[in-house]
Amino acid sequence: MEEIRIGVYICHCGVNIAATVDVAEVARYAGTLPGVVLSRDYVFMCSDPGQDLIRKDIKEYNLNRVIVSSCSPRLHELTFRRVCESAGLNRYLFEMVNIREQCSWTNEDKEANTEKAKALVDAAVRRVHYQEPLEIKDAPYNPNTLIVGGGIAGIQAALEIANSEHKVYLVEREPSIGGHMIQLDKTFPTLDCSQCILTPKMSEVGSHPYIELLTYSEVEEVSGYVGNFKAKIRKKARHVDVSKCTGCAVCMQKCPYKTDSEFELGLAKRKAAYIPFPQAVPNVATVDPNICIYIKSEGKKCGACIKSCEAGAITAETLLHQTDEIIEVEVGSIILATGFTTMDPKLIPQYGYGKYDNVITGLEFERIVSPTGPTGGKIQLKDGKEPESVAIVHCVGSRDKNYHEYCSRICCMYALKQANYIKEELPDADVYQLYIDMRCFGDGYEEFYNRLSSAGVNFVRGKVAQVTDQAINDEEAGKLIVVAEDTLLGRMLRIPVDMVILCNAVEPQADAGEVAKRFTINRKATGFFLERHPKLDPVATPTEGTFVAGCCQSPKDIPDTVAQASAAAARVLSLISKGRITLEAAVSVIDEEKCSGCRICNLLCPYGAISFIEDEKKSRINEALCKGCGTCGAACPSGAITARHFTNEQILAQVEALVS
Amino acid sequence: MEVLSPYKEATDVILEAGGEPLKLCYQCGLCTGICPWNLVRSFLVRRIMHEAQLGAVDFGGEDVWTCVTCRACVQRCPRGVEIIDVMRAIRRAVASMGIGVVPDALRISAKNIAGVGNPLGEVPEKRNDWAKDLKVKQFASGTEILYFPCCIPSYDPDVKTVARSVATIFNKLKIDYGIIGTEAKCCGESIRKAGQEDTFQSLAQNNINLFTSSGVKTVVVSSPHCYHTFKNEYPELGGKFEVIHITQYLASLIDEGKLKLSKKINKKVVYSDPCYLGRHNDIYDEPRKILQSIPGVELIEFPDARENGLCCGGGGGRIWMDTPKGERFSDIRVEQAAAKGADIVAIACPYCFLNYRDSVLSMGKAETMQVKDIVELVAEAI
Ligand SMILES: Cc1cc2nc3c(=O)[nH]c(=O)nc-3n(C[C@H](O)[C@H](O)[C@H](O)COP(=O)(O)OP(=O)(O)OC[C@H]3O[C@@H](n4cnc5c(N)ncnc54)[C@H](O)[C@@H]3O)c2cc1C
Ligand code: SF4
Ligand code: SF4
Ligand code: SF4
Ligand code: SF4
Repeated sequence: MEEIRIGVYICHCGVNIAATVDVAEVARYAGTLPGVVLSRDYVFMCSDPGQDLIRKDIKEYNLNRVIVSSCSPRLHELTFRRVCESAGLNRYLFEMVNIREQCSWTNEDKEANTEKAKALVDAAVRRVHYQEPLEIKDAPYNPNTLIVGGGIAGIQAALEIANSEHKVYLVEREPSIGGHMIQLDKTFPTLDCSQCILTPKMSEVGSHPYIELLTYSEVEEVSGYVGNFKAKIRKKARHVDVSKCTGCAVCMQKCPYKTDSEFELGLAKRKAAYIPFPQAVPNVATVDPNICIYIKSEGKKCGACIKSCEAGAITAETLLHQTDEIIEVEVGSIILATGFTTMDPKLIPQYGYGKYDNVITGLEFERIVSPTGPTGGKIQLKDGKEPESVAIVHCVGSRDKNYHEYCSRICCMYALKQANYIKEELPDADVYQLYIDMRCFGDGYEEFYNRLSSAGVNFVRGKVAQVTDQAINDEEAGKLIVVAEDTLLGRMLRIPVDMVILCNAVEPQADAGEVAKRFTINRKATGFFLERHPKLDPVATPTEGTFVAGCCQSPKDIPDTVAQASAAAARVLSLISKGRITLEAAVSVIDEEKCSGCRICNLLCPYGAISFIEDEKKSRINEALCKGCGTCGAACPSGAITARHFTNEQILAQVEALVS
Repeated sequence: MEVLSPYKEATDVILEAGGEPLKLCYQCGLCTGICPWNLVRSFLVRRIMHEAQLGAVDFGGEDVWTCVTCRACVQRCPRGVEIIDVMRAIRRAVASMGIGVVPDALRISAKNIAGVGNPLGEVPEKRNDWAKDLKVKQFASGTEILYFPCCIPSYDPDVKTVARSVATIFNKLKIDYGIIGTEAKCCGESIRKAGQEDTFQSLAQNNINLFTSSGVKTVVVSSPHCYHTFKNEYPELGGKFEVIHITQYLASLIDEGKLKLSKKINKKVVYSDPCYLGRHNDIYDEPRKILQSIPGVELIEFPDARENGLCCGGGGGRIWMDTPKGERFSDIRVEQAAAKGADIVAIACPYCFLNYRDSVLSMGKAETMQVKDIVELVAEAI
């Protein structure tokens, strides 16, 4: 066995450590410990001279273990590991001791701090005796990317990656891509027509040689790890031969059966055979098997579309026998862009949604003002009359501990935008914004707020208590009365209006929990997908190779969504261009001899790294997926699992030092 | 539950009557924070703006009449709201729609102005009596300058000295000037701010016709209020003259070497910026220049001078209303002047004159502190 030769470095961290730990004493003490051939204290170990010192010593003194006692490993472990590597020492022969956060910063008592630092250094010295060099492995990186969700986030990311000639599978569960943005009339604050700026991108996606667009599809299963994922995708049966369908929409005209249009939020009807909206991508028909009477009667009734489809895209065969298709794709990276949904305002009964005809949601109002929408863009009440007054109610279910504590971030701005729609079409209408705070933080947003203020929109600060039709005077008769305290006046207001628009909260997709599980990522308390770091890494997830973009991560507007989607694409492209991945060596391994096949570890692994080999009745760890967290090792009743770099010997040696 | 439905008609009247910019107010409260009233009592300017936005103004309340139109708030409002215009529009709504009560003192002054053309209720024929023994000529076509002293120096026995000082100086320097006939009336600036728009319109028309028919080209005024309305409000109504405040005029004479001040006045003098000269019209340097040209004068400054200068309390029609002791801005000013050891408070506005004089007297400081218009000091030093 080789002789253990340890170098110990005690960092002053300026005065951060030196002021409350006697660093010279700790260094002296370290020098007395078995195996230590050299110990020093130095003002800044992380500085260039500090790093050089370690390199020089490794060579000169033939060190084969290095310990730095300084700050948190989160901050500088990688720095010092690299220093060791550059001097020819395997990175797993390095150990870091945190005497800043754990000693100097926690206590004023210098003597006690010094004693504690000594004990921690002793523990590290004992530990490194058992540390071994570990081999760092590479794996090739699959350059294909899976993007889930075809809203603006998914579209943007897909185009960025595909334009650099890397293959993208874009999976969208609706019959067309476009997401919420395609439902909007205009976009704040510049009031660009939403469809006009989005449809060119949609058709580019539809015809891009590097994008395989899978609409009306959902990812059912994901396995593998960064660089080498496999996904099973269910392509739902459209009951149409899409290779023949020309998108002429004749079937849609001839089909006699109707249901509520999802795209129009139930404000209009669609047929059983339908194209959700004129600019749909792909522009092909879908037959809804729950509505189609031909399918329901097993070919006994109707069949109008079959007769009318000149392209022969709808036949008895497609209607009755086309089934879902499962395809499997292999990709290196995944971007989740599954977007958001909006809260059901019926959960707040006092606002009268669902009870009063003219209490509507913000998204419904977007459809009403859209020239392609159910009223042809005419702002009108349910009875067809023009409203004389409209109240826009902010924070419906947002910033409210009874519903969602977070701010939905877009409604203040779209409320202003919608006031603008009204003022432009009906200049004499009175518009009231009932808000708690106006949050107009983006580029050009404050100016937009200013503009709407001067257009004569009334701003009332107060959260609406109630919307009622119970008039107490003639002026209120036949109106909806919005009741709120104007907190700036300190008085109750009853505002009689014809229409109430509710800015209902942006919330996670109903199936966000299942999707998160499927892709082994986590969610925040808000229910949105968890990013790796809220500030420094808002695009990645803790699962390597899996990224998030758009409203699935948190509520955000289109500019922020696009920025995040582009960032996610950039991250994917940098992984692709590197071409291979480095696998963490400090992972767990199962000694198959000892494994009893109890499977306890299988479910515990938070990264899904452990699978059960049926034939052998043993569990096995996929080293590429394992993060070395050690959960399995702690749980294994047979003691079959070793967490490399956290072996029992290593940890017990530390414990021994600390309790002695 | 107190219930209040927005009172749309009143809002329309206020918006229409000139309060349009108030839509921009986003209720930050900076105006309240800046308004000098909050040194002495609570006056929530911000809330009035919001009440006006919603047509929920308490038209019967005293707050409608409180603003002294000092422009401190307008100068700093982050949304550029013309708060004074809003205040004026509210008062106009009260006065013209009868939805509130005009305070008694204001009503009397308004009646006087409408009736006899001056707020004091003096007979029009006596308007020029102040100049009787001073060899001041009647303005005639071709006279270079019209001197227009303002109603207060014309009638108030104590303030006449202002107008008389100007005449004395002009006579000494042989300036070609004259005064207009007694058909002239109050300039109307303050009564307009008090919401009496019709009265203002008729006063302005009267003066414009008189000036124009007399061939007036240049008018020198003693009051910053006359200055403001002649310069900024009359042109829209057809009255286009060159308007010069007396301090501007005297400062230019000093520059040209025509006015030489040789007699010493060995005093500490503090100058109080009138709101309508300073914040409303950006004239800060000329009055100081004159005072610095007087030999012996040590010019000192109030803690908040120039743009931040405290109003005397006399603008916006408040000069005619009673302000209770403890709420008078000029009292605060006199305290500050005393603390700085000033012998003289120099003013350049007849309203300031009245307010400071009252404060000095009521505070028992008349022995140690004098209130003087700059022109009085010039007349002494010439
Ligand atoms: C009323 C209203 C008005 C707005 N106005 C503006 C505005 O004027 N300006 C502005 O900047 N922003 C506006 N927004 C915000 C804007 O809509 C969002 O920023 C934007 O739509 C976010 O895009 P996204 O791609 O993240 O999500 P989404 O638009 O929600 O797209 C997500 C897509 O993913 C699909 N999907 C979801 N789950 C799955 C799954 N499991 N598998 C496959 N596909 C899935 C969905 O079908 C959808 O197509 C408004 C929002 C609302 C509600
Ligand atoms: S963006 Fe505005 S309306 Fe929406 S939740 Fe936040 S504060 Fe409320
Ligand atoms: S104002 Fe009333 S309802 Fe609103 S947060 Fe405060 S206590 Fe709650
Ligand atoms: S300072 Fe201006 S914006 Fe702020 S409350 Fe006053 S008037 Fe409104
Ligand atoms: S003009 Fe002067 S007195 Fe009037 S509200 Fe503004 S700061 Fe107050």
